[in-house]
Amino acid sequence: MIVGRREAWTGRLFLIALMAVTIVPFVSLFVTALHPSGSYPLGLQWPDDPQWGNFAEAFRVSNMGALLESSALIVAGVVPVAVLLGTMAGFAIGHLRIRGRRALFLLFVFGLTLPYEGIVTPLYYQIRDLGLLNTRWAIILPLIGLFMPFAVFWMRAHFINVPEEISEAAEVDGANVWQQFWRIHVPLAMPAISSLAILLFLWTWNQFLLAIVLVDDPEKRTMAGALGAFQGQWGTNIPLLCAGALLILAPTLLVFLVFQRRFVAALLQGSVKG
Amino acid sequence: MARPTLDPAAHAAGSLPARTNGGTGRRSRRRRRQTAGWLFAAPALVAYALFVLWPMGLTVQYSLYSWNGIGASTWVGLDNYVQVFTDPELFDTILHAFELILYFCVVPVGLGLAIANTIRRIATTRLALVARTVIFIPQVIPLVAAGITWSWLLASDGLVNQVLSAVGLGGVTRAWLGDFGTALPAVGVIGAWVLLGLCTLLLLAGMSKIDAALYEAARIDGAGPVREFFSITVPSLRQEIGVCVTVTVISALAAFDIVYISTQGGPGNSTMVPGLEIYRQAFFSREVGVASALAVVLMVLVLACVLPVQRLTREAS
Repeated sequence: MIVGRREAWTGRLFLIALMAVTIVPFVSLFVTALHPSGSYPLGLQWPDDPQWGNFAEAFRVSNMGALLESSALIVAGVVPVAVLLGTMAGFAIGHLRIRGRRALFLLFVFGLTLPYEGIVTPLYYQIRDLGLLNTRWAIILPLIGLFMPFAVFWMRAHFINVPEEISEAAEVDGANVWQQFWRIHVPLAMPAISSLAILLFLWTWNQFLLAIVLVDDPEKRTMAGALGAFQGQWGTNIPLLCAGALLILAPTLLVFLVFQRRFVAALLQGSVKG
Repeated sequence: MARPTLDPAAHAAGSLPARTNGGTGRRSRRRRRQTAGWLFAAPALVAYALFVLWPMGLTVQYSLYSWNGIGASTWVGLDNYVQVFTDPELFDTILHAFELILYFCVVPVGLGLAIANTIRRIATTRLALVARTVIFIPQVIPLVAAGITWSWLLASDGLVNQVLSAVGLGGVTRAWLGDFGTALPAVGVIGAWVLLGLCTLLLLAGMSKIDAALYEAARIDGAGPVREFFSITVPSLRQEIGVCVTVTVISALAAFDIVYISTQGGPGNSTMVPGLEIYRQAFFSREVGVASALAVVLMVLVLACVLPVQRLTREAS
């Protein structure tokens, strides 16, 4: 199709404006972070004497090393387990077609729209009774449960399209269901599984509510939860706060830029399916 | 649905009892698969039941009691719900949540449609591919970071006021998040910024699936760009619009992170939303019953808003 020249130019203009609206807030954050600690700069003003040391200072006072480790531990506890459980249940509902699969699937889908605030109060008392308040388990265990609706939904959508003949052929060769699952179905499902893992990683890393309710110690929280505490402590020191915010959002940004293709595809599909 | 009538294997085995050999083999295979299947589904179900369904039930239970979280609880029936709907401090949070839908949903979806329609023709150029990555960034960073960033942009010395002064609108500058009249819309702007990129890309992906012949036919029939947009683009995007509306409405009603960081519900109560009020009632005022009643109302509201949208947009497809 021939694209009108004027149409193409308005399109480009819109795109650039949209990118500017997205980027400019981060630029403002960045230049503010370079002002002397404790000063009150304007929103977008290059400092006379850029204080690159602010980033080191923010790294030190926020204890970034410990925070990164804590977030990584939480992700390591949540994502593999949630992906495995979701894949197995998706396989049972989508491929093995167990009896009562409809009711079971509806039960999971019901949880897709649940706002976490809806259950956070009883969760607090539940975790307290388990003696897990203020530990990373307080975030890990509930998140595994909370990710089940989406994980099952996502993996069922994959397995429902896998032809039955694949399992039949494997059965003729003498493979039982467990072996079929690991040797044939998991390798075939790898694209769906890795997209799911990306999404769950992101949602775990950015989880805020559970972190602030269930864990008091910022160093046992997720990155996002720790950022909340950082703001509470350094909220009046604007350059330092900006430097800290940049540091704390840097890891997700880095991971995103490295895996951007997969990320965008996974997030777009994720919301369509959700 | 428990009857496996759709399974041809079951039919074959049932209708041909003479071939006992193959029949029992199949039947026992089916039984094995059923047992194995439930074993596969069980761990997910247990995790879900333990940390979602069970607390959900507890929320409903708590909502019928007056409890401070420590001592004994007393049965109060529906009193907590009456309080949610009559106490303006609580009921206003629900009204605020609905006002946020305007900013979190209507603005990103409307603007997203306009933008996607404008860039549709150049969606495969290199600039558009770069843009795809860039406008996704707000979706990837923690909402908390978006909240901090925008708190600074909207502060009295922030970039927004700097720009306004530069274009001669110095008279309207203010601390946008600290002003009773503008705090809620300002929170809304943050949400709109976060969700605009996602909506635009979702709608753009939908537009790329529309048959180009439709547009050519419309052009031949003499339809202008506006007519084209409303008669072809919007109806074809039914499903994508449904997805955008669902996602954004949920994030408006369940807003927490952004409000917590940017205003804490203030000034006064002007930006208090249900999620934050639940947190405050449960963990600071120690009114677990009231918090739980509001939580139940919130969960029902989300379902009541999302289900009709899903029905409307899935029906046609």
